[in-house]
Amino acid sequence: MPDVHALVNDFVIKLRKRKIEGSKATAKHTSELLRSVISQQRIPHTNQAGALIDAIKEVGEQLIAANPVELAVGNIVRRVLHIIREEDLSLATAAIGGLSLSAGSDDDDDVDQDHHPVLSAAAVAAAARSTLRPPSLQALLEDLPHLTAVPHTSSSGGDSEGKSKYADKSSRSRKLKHNVIEAVNELIQDIGTCHEQIAEQAVEHIHQNEVILTLGNSRTVMEFLCAANEKKRSFRVFVAEGAPRYQGHVLAKELVARGLQTTVITDSAVFAMISRVNMVIVGAHAVMANGGVIAPVGLNMVALAAKRHAVPFVVLAGIHQLCPLYPHNPEVLLNELKSPSDLLDFGEFSDCMDFGSGVGSHLHVINPAFDYVPPKLVSLFITDTGGHNPSYMYRLIADYYSADDLVVQRRPAS
Amino acid sequence: MVQKKAASRVSEDAEEELARAPLQAVLLADSFAQKFRPITLERPKVLLPLVNIPMIDYTLAWLESAGVEEVFVFCCAHSRQVIDYLNNSKWFGQPNFTIKTIESHNSVSAGDALRLIYEQNVIYEDFILISGDTLSNMSLTQALEEHKERRKKNSNAVMTMVIKKSKPSPLTHQSRLGTDELFMAIDPETKQLLYYEDKADHLKGSITLDKMLLADNPSVSLHNDKQDCYIDICSPEVLSLFTDNFDYQHLRRHFVKGLLVDDIMGYKIFTHEIYSSYAARIDNFRSYDTVSKDIIQRWTYPFVPDVQFFGNNAAKLERQGMYRSSGIVQSRSAQIGPFTVIGNGTTIGNNTKISNSVVGEGCNIGSNVAIEGSYIWHNVTIEDGCTIRHAIVCDGVIMKSGAVLEPGVVLSFKVVIGQQFVVPAYSKVSLLQQPTKQDSDEELEYADDSSGIVKIPSITCTSDKLSGKLTSELSETQRWATSEVGAGGVGFIWSVGEGGYEEELRHSVAPIPADKLAEIIQAANDDVEMSAQDGNLLPPSGELQPDSNSIGSEDNIEDMRDDYIYFEKEVEATFLRAVQENITEEHVVLEVNSLRLSYNKTSVDCASALFYSMMKLALETPHSSTSELLGNATNVIGTWQKLLKYYLPSLDEEIEVILKFEEMCLESAKEFSSIFVQVLHLLYDKDILQEDAIHNWATEKEGADESDKVFLKQSEKFIQWLNEASEEED
Repeated sequence: MPDVHALVNDFVIKLRKRKIEGSKATAKHTSELLRSVISQQRIPHTNQAGALIDAIKEVGEQLIAANPVELAVGNIVRRVLHIIREEDLSLATAAIGGLSLSAGSDDDDDVDQDHHPVLSAAAVAAAARSTLRPPSLQALLEDLPHLTAVPHTSSSGGDSEGKSKYADKSSRSRKLKHNVIEAVNELIQDIGTCHEQIAEQAVEHIHQNEVILTLGNSRTVMEFLCAANEKKRSFRVFVAEGAPRYQGHVLAKELVARGLQTTVITDSAVFAMISRVNMVIVGAHAVMANGGVIAPVGLNMVALAAKRHAVPFVVLAGIHQLCPLYPHNPEVLLNELKSPSDLLDFGEFSDCMDFGSGVGSHLHVINPAFDYVPPKLVSLFITDTGGHNPSYMYRLIADYYSADDLVVQRRPAS
Repeated sequence: MVQKKAASRVSEDAEEELARAPLQAVLLADSFAQKFRPITLERPKVLLPLVNIPMIDYTLAWLESAGVEEVFVFCCAHSRQVIDYLNNSKWFGQPNFTIKTIESHNSVSAGDALRLIYEQNVIYEDFILISGDTLSNMSLTQALEEHKERRKKNSNAVMTMVIKKSKPSPLTHQSRLGTDELFMAIDPETKQLLYYEDKADHLKGSITLDKMLLADNPSVSLHNDKQDCYIDICSPEVLSLFTDNFDYQHLRRHFVKGLLVDDIMGYKIFTHEIYSSYAARIDNFRSYDTVSKDIIQRWTYPFVPDVQFFGNNAAKLERQGMYRSSGIVQSRSAQIGPFTVIGNGTTIGNNTKISNSVVGEGCNIGSNVAIEGSYIWHNVTIEDGCTIRHAIVCDGVIMKSGAVLEPGVVLSFKVVIGQQFVVPAYSKVSLLQQPTKQDSDEELEYADDSSGIVKIPSITCTSDKLSGKLTSELSETQRWATSEVGAGGVGFIWSVGEGGYEEELRHSVAPIPADKLAEIIQAANDDVEMSAQDGNLLPPSGELQPDSNSIGSEDNIEDMRDDYIYFEKEVEATFLRAVQENITEEHVVLEVNSLRLSYNKTSVDCASALFYSMMKLALETPHSSTSELLGNATNVIGTWQKLLKYYLPSLDEEIEVILKFEEMCLESAKEFSSIFVQVLHLLYDKDILQEDAIHNWATEKEGADESDKVFLKQSEKFIQWLNEASEEED
């Protein structure tokens, strides 16, 4: 336990000090951390899922508070919570299935233990819910092996009922943990490969002799463009440099090295160039539940320009960037103001900030990191599961997150 | 990372062992200064809140994030408070970050502190030397690497000093941090620090450089727009240097300057300039104000109020740079302006206006209060209708209704300001009485310039208790009835410090008032006019050197003139001695040459000085008529013509001699004026002056004023004769 505690603390400090930035890196770190939290968590016999959920929520709360702007942290925490719920559900339904198969003899013994009725109630509730919304792909896939596996255990343990139940339970507790860790591993893998998943779709979207515009640097965008290039599509790329960090220069360098025809323009030239552009492809910091995008600063302007000239505005987003929250005052609350030193040289302007002998008005510099692009300006999202409309985001969110976890806050100690 | 790199590069065992040693830092939790009095009588400077977080936390947070693993916190004044604070903070028990405190009660300067640390024998490797009132967000990696690289080449490179560009105000000659204009000479190639002067007389506006500085270095760049960040990367030798030189007290004034002057040991100091990152030291109230504003405007990112860089409560950043913590009770009609920080649990009443200010935690601010550009610390009560402009209000202060703080006021802990009382500008109010001068006589010796802390034992040890006692006692005895701070007020108004009103203006939180600035501008203009009037021989400074990286040339020129007069006298004395003691010409040449070097003169100066001395000798030899005088001159020049000729290698020098002679005739030796032509002829005959020189002189004078042409007219015939002579020759 202290081991995990130290890990959590370490990560919290890193988040606070902004030493880890970028949605992918944070997502990866968070999921790995949560995996070790799960694997170290002692599981009680009753309410196993509850214990795990509480443990994750406890850690998650700290992580989210450490850097509220880095939405990927919260996304991953919620994803993991969702995974636990799903796994628990699938195990429960499997157990119910198993129970119904192995006749009524078990039922009498179970009455004295409040464990089973609770579970089955939850299962029934879940089943009732799942009639309203179809179970996710994962649940469907997971269900099949369990339905076959559980009857085996119950039938094999059929001779001595007490023992079998104990064994069944411990195996189930191990099973839950095992399954959750498996699923989190999968999630980590997904995060790792989301670039490729997205890039695979490149040829469907980029056509011969098109002109693509992008702003700043995003690893996803780079992979996407290069993937299309490798498939022998020939097209041109305009890269807006992305002041004040000028990440666009880095992207341009990379693209040229990979043999793409690249043109660098200033951010302010975007509107002038947009009429020649066939498609705008950009990366995102986070995609909100309403389909709005938190993106590197400058993209709102690009999106408006694209709208004006009816150029499709395509946002590439890994599934870890999908946030189940609705943006409220996103320009301010979901933003981070960086140091003004990116913009101008402190020494050169130090006389404009001399508070001692100045004449009252001084130079202020503001350097926001993000822009909010409202959903109406986005034409298409390309995620690792395919292309989606902004209006479809709610659907993806319902698939990946459980509504219970939108507020990651522990229940007051019961 | 640096260490790893260093380790991979060198294979020697010893080096590797060194590389593995953790990076250490020495943090001086005492500024050894009195600039923050009276506040620092009750609480050490490093614990004063800067945008609601104690200063030392910024320093420690930076050290931690910069990869320092072991910090020695040196506590002196109020050491108990600092140690208690650190013990209760989260700094202990951080992974890879250990803090050790070193306590001392009798250190009066940074020098003493470092000597003590040396005795403790805890520093083995290069370390960071910083004081607990320094903020930064720079990355140390590069600076450390540079330092180690230099050390490997030359073990005498003992220190790397971090500097940053920051322009001083041209009017007040102070930096934006309120410190005096700093002059530095740096070798642009090696970044070696060659000269450091922070106490330059800004009224005089000049600095003097040793000419060896220019002679020894291929290039020198002189800066007045650099700010010393007071972050030093030092080698362990620095500590032993302090021990060897037991009189070193101040880090800059004694140590740095000492090393720069001392060329026996050959220790060198280098600089590392930072560009995009921030670093500043809080030296006085002005820098407290400036740095607070820099934090609010996020130059210190990530050490800003809305980032939980340390156990602080993160505030939320709203539009226009407003930071608000949770749990604020704010009236709907209250207006909170831009660039304001409001701490946790503060209540703000109706129609109150707050702008450009920092309000601490748990404050109670009434209705119709106006707060502008001020720093309100924790648990302050401000009743209805108060006005606060550009002031610092410490913890637990109570301002009764209608009280007014004028710009630059500092209210120390738990002061009570009476109803409707107006605290005059730049006054400092404390529960403690101002220590009388006698108390601290010996220590004050360098209190001002080397800033030793003055201790008043009874106050420093028990100040908290004392102030508590004071208030309770005094409220009983009603001694405050005739209080200095209004009816019902508690506190003493301190008289203005040693530096006087000017000093207060320069160093207070309030901006320098407009009328004062106008005064300074006026004074500056007057200066220029003055110099333009009396500098009729020389153009005013502005014209001479419009690019004013070298400073105050007008004074330089005056200095040069003075210099010349001294030089001339020396040469004359040498010459007279030569005449009296029959010293040979070669020896005189040697002596004059050495004079020339030491005064940094040219051979023109030597020629005219020598000629001047000869003429003076001729003049002083007794004579009754001008013809006798001419005879004298002929004698002298005849004997010493070789000497004179030695310094006249070209026409320019010869013309200079004629001009000098002309000047003499006009001023010091009017008797020559009648025989000007004769002497000129004599010089020509003796081959001292060439024909061309006289011609050139004549043409040069052609365009001059009528009054200047007196001698030209006298010598017209001579020149004509010269012309004819040359024609005949042709």
